Amino acid sequence: MLYRTAGQFKTSYAADHALFPVRQDAILLGVVLILAFVVFPLTASEFAFRALLIPVLIYALAALGLNILTGYAGQLSLGTGAFMGVGAYACYKLITLFPEMNIVVAIALSGFFSAGVGALFGLPSLRIKGFYLAIATLAAQFFLVWLFQKWDWLYNYSASGAIHVPNISMFGITVAGPRAAAITQYYFVLAIVCVVTFFAINITRGRIGRMWKAVRDMDIAAELVGINLMRAKLTAFFVSSYIVGVSGALFVFLWRGAAEANLFDIPLSFRVLFIAIIGGLGSILGNYLGAILIVALPVIISAVPAMLGLPLASATVEHLNVMIIGVLIITFLIVEPHGLARFWAVIREKLILWPFPH
Amino acid sequence: MDFLNAIFVQPFADMAAAPDFLLQVVWEGLVGGVLYALIALGFVLIYKSSRIFNFAQGIMVVFAALTLVGLTEKGVPALLALPLTLLVMLVLAVTIERAVLRPLVNQPDIILFMATIGITLFLIGFGEIIFGGENKVMITRELMIPTDSITLDLFGGFVSIEQKDLTSVIGAVLLVAALLLFLNRTKTGRAIRALGDDHQAALSVGISLSTIWVVVWFIAGVIALATGIAWGARAGVSFALEVIAYKALPVLMLGGLESVMGAIIGGLAIGILEKLFEVYWGQPLMGGNTEAWFAYVVALIVLLFRPQGLFGERIIERV
Repeated sequence: MLYRTAGQFKTSYAADHALFPVRQDAILLGVVLILAFVVFPLTASEFAFRALLIPVLIYALAALGLNILTGYAGQLSLGTGAFMGVGAYACYKLITLFPEMNIVVAIALSGFFSAGVGALFGLPSLRIKGFYLAIATLAAQFFLVWLFQKWDWLYNYSASGAIHVPNISMFGITVAGPRAAAITQYYFVLAIVCVVTFFAINITRGRIGRMWKAVRDMDIAAELVGINLMRAKLTAFFVSSYIVGVSGALFVFLWRGAAEANLFDIPLSFRVLFIAIIGGLGSILGNYLGAILIVALPVIISAVPAMLGLPLASATVEHLNVMIIGVLIITFLIVEPHGLARFWAVIREKLILWPFPH
Repeated sequence: MDFLNAIFVQPFADMAAAPDFLLQVVWEGLVGGVLYALIALGFVLIYKSSRIFNFAQGIMVVFAALTLVGLTEKGVPALLALPLTLLVMLVLAVTIERAVLRPLVNQPDIILFMATIGITLFLIGFGEIIFGGENKVMITRELMIPTDSITLDLFGGFVSIEQKDLTSVIGAVLLVAALLLFLNRTKTGRAIRALGDDHQAALSVGISLSTIWVVVWFIAGVIALATGIAWGARAGVSFALEVIAYKALPVLMLGGLESVMGAIIGGLAIGILEKLFEVYWGQPLMGGNTEAWFAYVVALIVLLFRPQGLFGERIIERV
């Protein structure tokens, strides 16, 4: 009853192909957007911005990029962290070489560097598949992180080997750097994430998205019906790495403020992969649900002992945290291997019929 | 010209000028390669019998070594700690089969792969809580592993061979020989290979999937313990050991995911090649630490020509 689709007639072909064929979906999205744009900024504390809201958005964007590659085009990648690094370092070089450049332009451009590198490391996917490809993407992971350490031009020869974000303002407001306010950064990230998500939804719905899905389901069959495998796989690597690169630039410029090469090491890749898989491969919504879960869990778990008054050392809490996340990942995989997005789909089906069982 | 000279001529001139040093480098690489081969063997066994890409192999090495050292620290004599550690690995194998693998039978490969990453995280947290995160010293003396070094005079110079490295090479050879005998000569070994060939057919002739999985994970645990002792004797036991799992992955690519022979040959080849590259090209030309990625690049190049690795099963695809 709550989700009743009866009475919503489609009278034209265009209406049938609308982004939201069911009215309630659009209303729900509107509610979520109002929450994100109005309610959260009014109520959230500085801590909530820095520890929850901004990282959720950035991780969700990175997972979205990975999901396009793994969930839509079926190419398993373990090098996401390094591609985020390419975006971050490219953005840093652009900002320091051209200080007058607008940061939005710099972030948008840095995505192209990551996309180029991604397409280059995607070339082996034309020959190798499955786990062999996954290990091949690890080559990108280790090689690029090594490069971030050894190529001192990338971090402007700083002695620490780290990159630091300078104060950057746009239209008179500081958006990045130590002096930026959390709420400005939140709005900045939110705006970019919304735009990228909009494009991602439309790409995956369209001709290119269908091409990817055909390749994912069976690439030989896709080739036989006339899909150019090389183009499909390389565009998937390109688009995916672009989004991942943008998220990497946001990761450093709008959240961390500083970065060293090992920040982009393999744990970051795995965290993004977790988000994509727990959220649900082949879904856009899943990335957000997964990011909320993976980012919020450690914050909640580390807050629980303090609330209960248990005297635990912070190191123990940290280790318990890792352990619990491991267990939760396995539990989630056992309970719903298709991720949180499938959960939502099931709930939605139930709501359409509710309160009747059939 | 100078640049080309530094790449193509100088390293070989260096090698010819100091053959004893070259031999030393090859030996070091060989010892590393043996350990890579052992870890890769753990991967291959599990992949062959269950099509699970077991990411937790690296952490199992750490966990086994930590259990051994932790038990002796608690006052258990070393020769008793060894069987106790094996018991712990058996319990671990049964638990993993019951709690993780059985509910996930028939899921896509990537889901099982993620589950093994979940196991990895769990074992990291669990191990840190029980044993602490600091670096521990492997109990080489208690296990009666000699720690002196032999010096051989060769080519007018000398090559120094650590006895513990020699022990680990010999131990690895014995372990692999025992494993091959087990796989080829016993009933259980034949069942494991049958499962690797065809799951459905093996099940239909009455091979128990869950028993075989426990056996295979236990063997992987034994291999992990052997690797842990050998590597721990060289570099101490800590969670940093986990990274050697990443070194075994290119070995798998090179050798093929299903091939026991491939894991051994690939491991030795990668161990020696990466050491040679690091010493003669990496350090003088690229600022060192090329071992982090060199193996991957070699494996990638090989895969471009043979997508199933050097010894892997030919991939036949049907629509």
